[in-house]
Amino acid sequence: MQAKRTIFPNKLLPYLLLAPQLAVTLVFFIWPAAQAVKSSFEREDPFGFRTTFIWFENYQRLFADPGYVNALWVTGVFAISVTLFSMSLSLVLAVAVNRVLRTNRIYTTLLVWPYAVAPVVVGILWWFMFNPTIGIAPYLLRGLGIGWNHRVNGEQAMLLVIIAASWKQISYNFLFFVAGLQSVPQSLSEAAAIDGAGPMKRFWTIIFPLLSPTSFFLLIVNINYAMFDTFGIIDATTSGGPGQATNILVYKVYADGFLGLNIGSSAAQSVVLMLIVIALTVVQFRYVERRVQY
Amino acid sequence: MVENRPWLTLLTHLVLLAGVLVVAFPVYLAFVASTHTSGDFFRGLVPLLPGPHLLENYGRMLTVGISTAGAPPLWIMLTNSLIIAVIIAVGKIIISLLSAYAIVFFKFPFRLLAFWIIFITLMLPVEVRIIPTFAVVANLGLLNSYLGLTLPLIASATATFLFRQFFLTIPDELMEAARVDGAGPMKFFRDILLPLSRTNIAALFVILFIYGWVQYLWPLLVTTDSRYYTVVMGIKRLAATADAEPQWHLVMAAVMLAMLPPVLIVIFMQRLFVKGLVETEK
Repeated sequence: MQAKRTIFPNKLLPYLLLAPQLAVTLVFFIWPAAQAVKSSFEREDPFGFRTTFIWFENYQRLFADPGYVNALWVTGVFAISVTLFSMSLSLVLAVAVNRVLRTNRIYTTLLVWPYAVAPVVVGILWWFMFNPTIGIAPYLLRGLGIGWNHRVNGEQAMLLVIIAASWKQISYNFLFFVAGLQSVPQSLSEAAAIDGAGPMKRFWTIIFPLLSPTSFFLLIVNINYAMFDTFGIIDATTSGGPGQATNILVYKVYADGFLGLNIGSSAAQSVVLMLIVIALTVVQFRYVERRVQY
Repeated sequence: MVENRPWLTLLTHLVLLAGVLVVAFPVYLAFVASTHTSGDFFRGLVPLLPGPHLLENYGRMLTVGISTAGAPPLWIMLTNSLIIAVIIAVGKIIISLLSAYAIVFFKFPFRLLAFWIIFITLMLPVEVRIIPTFAVVANLGLLNSYLGLTLPLIASATATFLFRQFFLTIPDELMEAARVDGAGPMKFFRDILLPLSRTNIAALFVILFIYGWVQYLWPLLVTTDSRYYTVVMGIKRLAATADAEPQWHLVMAAVMLAMLPPVLIVIFMQRLFVKGLVETEK
């Protein structure tokens, strides 16, 4: 932990300065998280009169529950698909933008704004396009002999949420890839070109390896996004259905806790999710600490 | 460019145009839908060209809304979203500036502990602690209030880190000179540090405003009174009724209006937006 060499000699002031941030953090972050950990070890009787400490029973039940195992699986498929899909598309677009220097401002502007669209609105946009009754996508697919109805077909529902979630994330990945590409020295490419390497070869042997720090950072951020920020997309398109096919972990915590009122199980699920976030954050920060120079 | 390859340049433009098309098409469809009447959907397919009912649909949503959906007129929800997004952005910036200042420019017991308590908020997104956080807000009597909608989202580790990084780059001599001139800590903060952080603050404001505007799960939980609905959560209610009774044209008008403010901010503040985004996430 760094600080300035010269500092203000003041005993009380730093605490006053920290007070607002710490108060909000303690009341709305640390305290609720501690409560979640506590109730994940408890069982409440149906009327809420008595709570008993039951050790790891909530967790044991959770992992024995096929519904939860299914949610883990669904989340994995969803997060990996969204990450790969949106990262590869945005890499292609970023490389293209980097190539057309004169017009790249216009293209960038036309490509970045989905960042500002709320996930639930993204969900509604795609739900509208794929609406089995009036949507344009099912209409076109019918022409190709494919019947689309994500309300009954679990695989199609999954495809829909993956497309919608990736659509929103392309703009974000795109910006970071463009920033990464612009920091690759032009002279390297030029030297390789003089040696006779074509554009594809130059990309795979020079540019792509130099992009790996950006790619790694985006990989973590995208997994995080797909797992935690897509609640609105799921809620607006499929609500976890049909038959649990798109019930990702974050949605299940909400559904079990708020709609199903199963506090113990929902708390245990929260704790599992926290452990996942901690793991992702630690990986991200170890990497950032290594790279950032003060 | 290194060399001239016309076919490759053409391909590049085609790829980019395809990308722009994919990105824009869902919104174009929503826009088209918002300019028709409900009767135009009965043929079984969305019209593909704009109709003549734009002003009528948007005007109706802004002033009246859909009464059966149980959501207030859009102007109320838009105002709420604006208030909430501004409170969240300004609040996050203020408390982060103050705490970053304390951490960088002072040495005091428990400094490391304070740093870690702030750091830990990164690992507790609202989605994973919804029920206990909801309980805390309910116990404090903050349901259906602007405070309840904003306070639990206002702590920000990333903004604190951003300011910390930036403060660490400020030369020590600056502060020594200020102290020689007899400036106290708050005077130094106000007259030297704040002006120097201006661009960082502006860039961060753009990002945080959007963050506040697009919130969905939290407003959904803490507001039951329609006077406090935000536009993003209100839209979901509208969409739910549109499936039962075809009012897609009105719902899509609402979707367009909910999207417009943050999207315009990204387009017009692109430089600040990119700066804020790239720096906060690093």
